Amino acid sequence: MIEVKNLYKEFDGIQVLKGVSATFEKGKTNMIIGQSGSGKTVFLKCLLGLHTPEKGIISFDGRNYADLKTKQHRQLRQEMGMVFQGGALYDSLTVEENIMFPLKMFADKTFDEMLDRVNTVLKRVNLENVNAKFPAELSGGMQKRVSIARAIVMNPKYLFCDEPNSGLDPITATVIDNLIQEITKEYQMITVINSHDMNSVMEIGEKIIFLKDGVKAWEGSNKEIFKTENQAIVDFVYSSNLFKKVRQVYLNESK
Amino acid sequence: MNYIEHIGKYFIMLKQVFKKPQKWSVFKEMLFREIEDLGLKSLGIIVFISFFVGGVVAIQTALNVDNPFIPKYTIGFATKRSMILEFAPTFMSIILAGKVGSYISSSIGTMRVTEQIDALEVMGINSLNYLVLPKIIAALFFYPLLILLAMFLGIFGGYYAGILTGLFYSEDYIYGIQLDFNPYFIRYALIKTLIFAFVIATIPAYHGYYVKGGSLEVGRASTQAVVWTSVVIILLNYFLTQMLLG
Ligand SMILES: Nc1ncnc2c1ncn2[C@@H]1O[C@H](COP(=O)(O)OP(=O)(O)OP(=O)(O)O)[C@@H](O)[C@H]1O
Ligand SMILES: [Mg+2]
Repeated sequence: MIEVKNLYKEFDGIQVLKGVSATFEKGKTNMIIGQSGSGKTVFLKCLLGLHTPEKGIISFDGRNYADLKTKQHRQLRQEMGMVFQGGALYDSLTVEENIMFPLKMFADKTFDEMLDRVNTVLKRVNLENVNAKFPAELSGGMQKRVSIARAIVMNPKYLFCDEPNSGLDPITATVIDNLIQEITKEYQMITVINSHDMNSVMEIGEKIIFLKDGVKAWEGSNKEIFKTENQAIVDFVYSSNLFKKVRQVYLNESK
Repeated sequence: MNYIEHIGKYFIMLKQVFKKPQKWSVFKEMLFREIEDLGLKSLGIIVFISFFVGGVVAIQTALNVDNPFIPKYTIGFATKRSMILEFAPTFMSIILAGKVGSYISSSIGTMRVTEQIDALEVMGINSLNYLVLPKIIAALFFYPLLILLAMFLGIFGGYYAGILTGLFYSEDYIYGIQLDFNPYFIRYALIKTLIFAFVIATIPAYHGYYVKGGSLEVGRASTQAVVWTSVVIILLNYFLTQMLLG
């Protein structure tokens, strides 16, 4: 379980996170939602240790981040996988080298064993015959999938995804959402996903945390999001007419 | 940030750089890549420039010593001295600062703004050690060779210029370059080169690593990197010359 308590983070005097608390459980797809600029990425980067919060506690299965030494941080990070908003694939390396990289760095395996593992995860994300390609030669959706493959190649306990399906067509976006949910169940990972895509929130949001003005304004599941009367989240989620109608239909049906 | 803060941050960066590589096989792979990118790929420009600079120095000297009381071997002697003492180590390092410096800071800077450095850190990798140490070692190993080559080619360029222009005789030139050979000067040049090589690898790395923003800032950082690398080389050259030869 990841526990976050009372997290504060500011940049040059501007408070981005003002006391956010949350818990994330194993085998669940947890989602952070909120408007652009609401601090989703900052929150995730605090969890990853890329930003140091001014205040607050972050603990990974009982290991408090602030109590760890640099070396222990690095060890903890080897248990994490991250899919960055822009993919962040190493553009001087091929797809195969990208995914193999963490293995080369940390696993004591022969080349053939590593290649085997690379091909396994590539297959898992439905990519084949791209081993020798460079990231620049792939489409956006393929890059995202390679990025997911790289994130899970070390069998991480914790998986973080920053808007994994932004900029993708609806079909590919759904494929990626389902993929993330499946591997979360399969490997029993703790998965935290940033998103402002309502489709994926409805599809795979088993636990949803809504950030607004630096605080957690709402928390619940994708089932509860239809019923909630919380004005902030209703305004955010049902800002489009389509979703307003969907909500109406849902509420009528469940009556 | 003021200059003092930058200098402090630069040395803090170096402390992270000089850690034991996390995996030697990965380090070795990076090292060979850097020797190719920073060293071998600079070979062409160094060959080209040093040859012609040597030629020009010889011609200039020849044109300026038409006084019959100055012996003709002065041309060879002066070309050799200026190539060994300054043109090869300092001038070529400035060229490398431009070529390699902008490459280093823009490649690291791009990795920063596209979150590739974050991705390294998230994997538990010391990104500074992984990215910068191989560059330093590659430069320290390869640039002395480049500079020795530049010395040789510069002197040879001078010889060739004599043949082409007919301004002086080859025999005089060869006599001149053999005259008063002082091995300490070569050592002096190599010491300078090693220090400049370190500067060329680290200052642009600093500018690239700490860049914030997007591609515009990456471009700006690499301009800054080249300017500062050159300024530091010129200043260090002044002090080193005083210290080592004065
Ligand atoms: N490194 C930084 N330095 C200064 N300010 C920052 C930094 N990173 C983020 N911010 C600020 O923090 C706020 C939240 O940014 P963040 O990137 O977390 O938004 P987000 O919710 O991820 O938005 P999006 O959905 O557009 O990705 C923004 O106002 C941003 O300007
Ligand atoms: Mg974001």
